[in-house]
Amino acid sequence: MIETSSVQTEFDVYAIRQQFPILQRLIKGKPLVYFDNAATSQKPQVVIDALVEYYSGYNANIHRGLHSMAEEATAAYEETRQTARAFINANSIEEIVFTKGVTEGINLVANGWGRKNVGAGDEVLITEMEHHSNIVPWYELCKEKGATLKVVPITPAGELDMDAFENLISEKTRIVSVVHVSNSLGTVNPVETIIEKAHSLGAVVMLDGAQSSVHLDIDVQALDCDFYAFGSHKIYGPTGVGVLYGKATLLQNMYVYQGGGEMIKDVRFNDITYNDLPYKFEAGTPNIADTIAFKFALDFVTETGKDKIRSHEEELLAYATDKLLQVEGLRIIGTSEKKVSVVSFIVDKVHPQDLGILLDNKGVAVRTGHHCTQPVMDKFNIPGTTRASFAMYNTTQEIDVMVNGINKAVQILR
Amino acid sequence: MSETKPITDIEQEIVEEFALFDEWDDKYEYIIDLGKKLQVLDNHYKLDENKVKGCQSTVWLVADYRDDKVVFKADSDAVIVKGLISMLIRVLSDHTPDQIINAKLGFLEQIGMHSHLAQTRSNGLAAMLKQMKNYALAFKISKSSNAAKYGYGSPEAKGN
Repeated sequence: MIETSSVQTEFDVYAIRQQFPILQRLIKGKPLVYFDNAATSQKPQVVIDALVEYYSGYNANIHRGLHSMAEEATAAYEETRQTARAFINANSIEEIVFTKGVTEGINLVANGWGRKNVGAGDEVLITEMEHHSNIVPWYELCKEKGATLKVVPITPAGELDMDAFENLISEKTRIVSVVHVSNSLGTVNPVETIIEKAHSLGAVVMLDGAQSSVHLDIDVQALDCDFYAFGSHKIYGPTGVGVLYGKATLLQNMYVYQGGGEMIKDVRFNDITYNDLPYKFEAGTPNIADTIAFKFALDFVTETGKDKIRSHEEELLAYATDKLLQVEGLRIIGTSEKKVSVVSFIVDKVHPQDLGILLDNKGVAVRTGHHCTQPVMDKFNIPGTTRASFAMYNTTQEIDVMVNGINKAVQILR
Repeated sequence: MSETKPITDIEQEIVEEFALFDEWDDKYEYIIDLGKKLQVLDNHYKLDENKVKGCQSTVWLVADYRDDKVVFKADSDAVIVKGLISMLIRVLSDHTPDQIINAKLGFLEQIGMHSHLAQTRSNGLAAMLKQMKNYALAFKISKSSNAAKYGYGSPEAKGN
């Protein structure tokens, strides 16, 4: 028997599921099995309530108004900044810039830092497993500046080829921008090694934390990364808000990204003084409601316990990997030993799209396609994969439903 | 000119066939079966210019124009899309450009498959349907000049 006092410390997946109203949904008459968490996660009731409470209780524009609701809204908004700072252990709230997501965070660095610091003949180093959002901004920057975009290849196991990394990085490298955890392969990259090497050569490092923020403990000071971008919606929060962490010394010396209200102190036609950090990068009225609710998502994760969530997800990954490998002709893409709870696979003579449609018939939501990482698919010479990604509320029974669905689908598709 | 069944009649036939199925599984098994049976498109047609590219699956489409009727042939690397293609060909092929251009294709909604058209980024089906209508339009315009064939990469017939 579990003692009542230990309820708070035990990880009870069924109690957690109760917090997510969407998990009650039926899809085509069958209980929803949501395995598309690497695309976006579902939201707990506390996050949904926070949105409703803001709009029904204290909706107001922030930072400027003197009335009570403006003060309440500003306080709640800034509380999220404090919570986000603690979540990744940044040194100060000056280093926490709100964005609309990881994509905007990377674009902000490519434009604000890159356009100032990258010139002709310089090099930008990314990797073959980057999401398109961590390729396109650097491609454009290099094209504009006459710099060279270099790409670290991946191994057949879906890991970074670190020998190649050592050869590609040099004193010409101005910035290394790398995904902390791959969205299509699940691989956890050795970013500590990358950061140390880059710093020794005078380069800065940007981490795409879209996937890592929800699965790993993030301490940006211990990592010593220069920039770290993560979003709210993959970590049980609302869409449309994210955080760019940047070391204050770097943020201070960057070009402003977007101009407008909020980001200025004084505006004359011949002279503009910009606001202090982090506000100088937050032009215009921000996404107030979603930013406020984001705090509730971060608190939810922290209170549930990241380590407990992680061990539950590790269990799910091990179980799924074992069960999937029993499907005849199934091959897992991304077999690194250091993985988060993401499993990408292909099945002989079965197109991922067909599999995705048939799994949807069983209520199972997986992602199929190239997952916005076309170079990864090219590397493995496949059109795409089927990807199941697990979150804190998933169960091994749900994995059984998926695997049974795959077996049935394979039978009729072949 | 030989008489062919009106498009709406063929649509109705398909709707009646699907009425036999209660379960989604059965509908899809039927579509998969159609996909497997669809006549294979010869490899020499599988050119980039005949590709209608979706985000996830690829569709190849060629069209012939004979005796004021458009004949379509198509293929895909994904079998469910292929089954849906097979139905679109059954409904639209062998009709005049005007009939094809004006076809409403309500049957897709009636059999519950219209969601495959809405997901424009996910599969080539919506793009293929648009391309079928573009071919019909191109044939209609070129009718007076007696052009006999399109669909082998002629840029006039490319809609997008």
